[in-house]
Amino acid sequence: MIRFESVTKEYADGTVAVDGLDLVAPNGQITVLVGPSGCGKTTTLRMVNRMIEPTRGVISIDDQDTAAMDPATLRRGIGYVIQHAGLFPHRTVTANIATVPLLLGWDRKRAKARAHELMELVGLDASFARRYPHQLSGGQQQRVGVARALAADPPVMLMDEPFSAVDPVVREQLQDEFLRLQSELGKTILFVTHDIDEAIKLGDQVAVLRVGGRIAQAAPPAALLEDPYDDFVADFVGRDRGYRGLSFRHAELEPRVEPTVLLGERASGEGWRLVVDDQRRPVGWVEPKRLTGAVQESDLHRGGTVARIDGSLRAALDAALSSPSRRGVVVDADGALIGTVRASEVLALIEGAAS
Amino acid sequence: MTWLQDHWSDVFELLGQHVYLAGVPLVLGLLVAVPLGWVAQRLPRLRTPIVVGTGLLYTVPSIALFILMPSILGTGILDPVNVLVSMTIYTVALLTRTASDALEAVPESVRLSADAMGVKPLRRLFTVDLPLAVPVLAAGLRVAAVSNVSIVSVAALIGVPQLGQLFTDGFSRDFMDPLAVGVVGCLVLALVFDLVIVVLARLATPWHQGRTA
Repeated sequence: MIRFESVTKEYADGTVAVDGLDLVAPNGQITVLVGPSGCGKTTTLRMVNRMIEPTRGVISIDDQDTAAMDPATLRRGIGYVIQHAGLFPHRTVTANIATVPLLLGWDRKRAKARAHELMELVGLDASFARRYPHQLSGGQQQRVGVARALAADPPVMLMDEPFSAVDPVVREQLQDEFLRLQSELGKTILFVTHDIDEAIKLGDQVAVLRVGGRIAQAAPPAALLEDPYDDFVADFVGRDRGYRGLSFRHAELEPRVEPTVLLGERASGEGWRLVVDDQRRPVGWVEPKRLTGAVQESDLHRGGTVARIDGSLRAALDAALSSPSRRGVVVDADGALIGTVRASEVLALIEGAAS
Repeated sequence: MTWLQDHWSDVFELLGQHVYLAGVPLVLGLLVAVPLGWVAQRLPRLRTPIVVGTGLLYTVPSIALFILMPSILGTGILDPVNVLVSMTIYTVALLTRTASDALEAVPESVRLSADAMGVKPLRRLFTVDLPLAVPVLAAGLRVAAVSNVSIVSVAALIGVPQLGQLFTDGFSRDFMDPLAVGVVGCLVLALVFDLVIVVLARLATPWHQGRTA
């Protein structure tokens, strides 16, 4: 647990970067600090491992005052990941990952074995072990950065916009894998981002900071979307927060039976027909009257998203809205078709839950 | 060129002296310039005095420095130490700014993550900053090497033998052969120094190969 008690950082020129911060980052959870530039989020992060010394207040980790600890020892016990990964360009992937274990005095063999273990954990092929960072893509470098931070198995991790320098597709992939890792490892994580969507997606708790370093609101993401404390938070959280808030609500769907046609067979009937493969996985929609023969891959309209039966109201509503037939496809955990729902049915569920 | 055949062993000895008088200060200068550059890079307030101060030393004429040395060091007027120290000063003058710039050019994210992992300052200098500074340092060292090979020849005027002596000989006797041999010798020596530095720098930076940047 990381605890901030009335923590203030004031620079010599009078600039206040962080102002009387009180915050607790609970054990095993991801606490996200989010806010516009100049809100002191990075300063806050760097005060935890004393890269920046607070002017006033106490920061403790598991009730140990960090100010009383030797900075180097403190830092070796905290994983740190930054934008662009900050890898050592002159060291191989293995050597980069083994940095902290070697600083802690592990023997080389053990540190190397640990590095290879971590490469596997973060999804890096063993063939990368002897490469240098500049031979890796941005996403791969960031994986090495995460592996390096995890190397000595620190209970606490600090992450400063770790995914913001990679392209959106890779970013989403890294975020998903990060959540999977966290569900296995249960680290106490303080995560800084300027991207509210990332904060909402990753945070167990999200603290929105204002310029000048004060907390505007700290709450679980669903609560933040549903009940922003003031205009600043509401603005920052964004316009379509009502829709996005549905991400956190489970849909109790009762899909209707949907007539289907098997890929490669002839379709008949009016309007849109759902096409499935031989394992009953939906692959797309067709309009039989436009077809001359059997359904081919190239005939498929693939615009609709697919909702899982155990998924959120947002996924269900989106499936309905994006489907050309306006019937949203619902599947089970294996991706096999269960049935379809209409937007009006999802809306009824949303309204029913509210009343 | 029968002159060269007759004086081969003399020329060879002068060449050896030239290597010694230009090469040793290169190493000594590097050993002085790197710590100075490090201090300049870590303490922004001292950067300007250190970098400008050492840089100015290069403007002192070599002949003046050679002549001043005995009275500063208490050495004999013909002592080669006078030349070694002077050349070290020129090397420091050329390399301190380079060393400071080279260390400054280490990416901020790399420095930051080294600090954040608990790498202490001195360890960081030797295991992170300096290895990354090698390409820039090597570039500065190449300039200093060529400059040293050239300036050392002036020491012939104070009677310390090296290839420069061939210039004074040739000039006083109005005889071109030793002059030409001296010039070619300096040129070859500068190229060899350059090559040695390039090769050493390459060996020290396996990570840098095949990079475009």
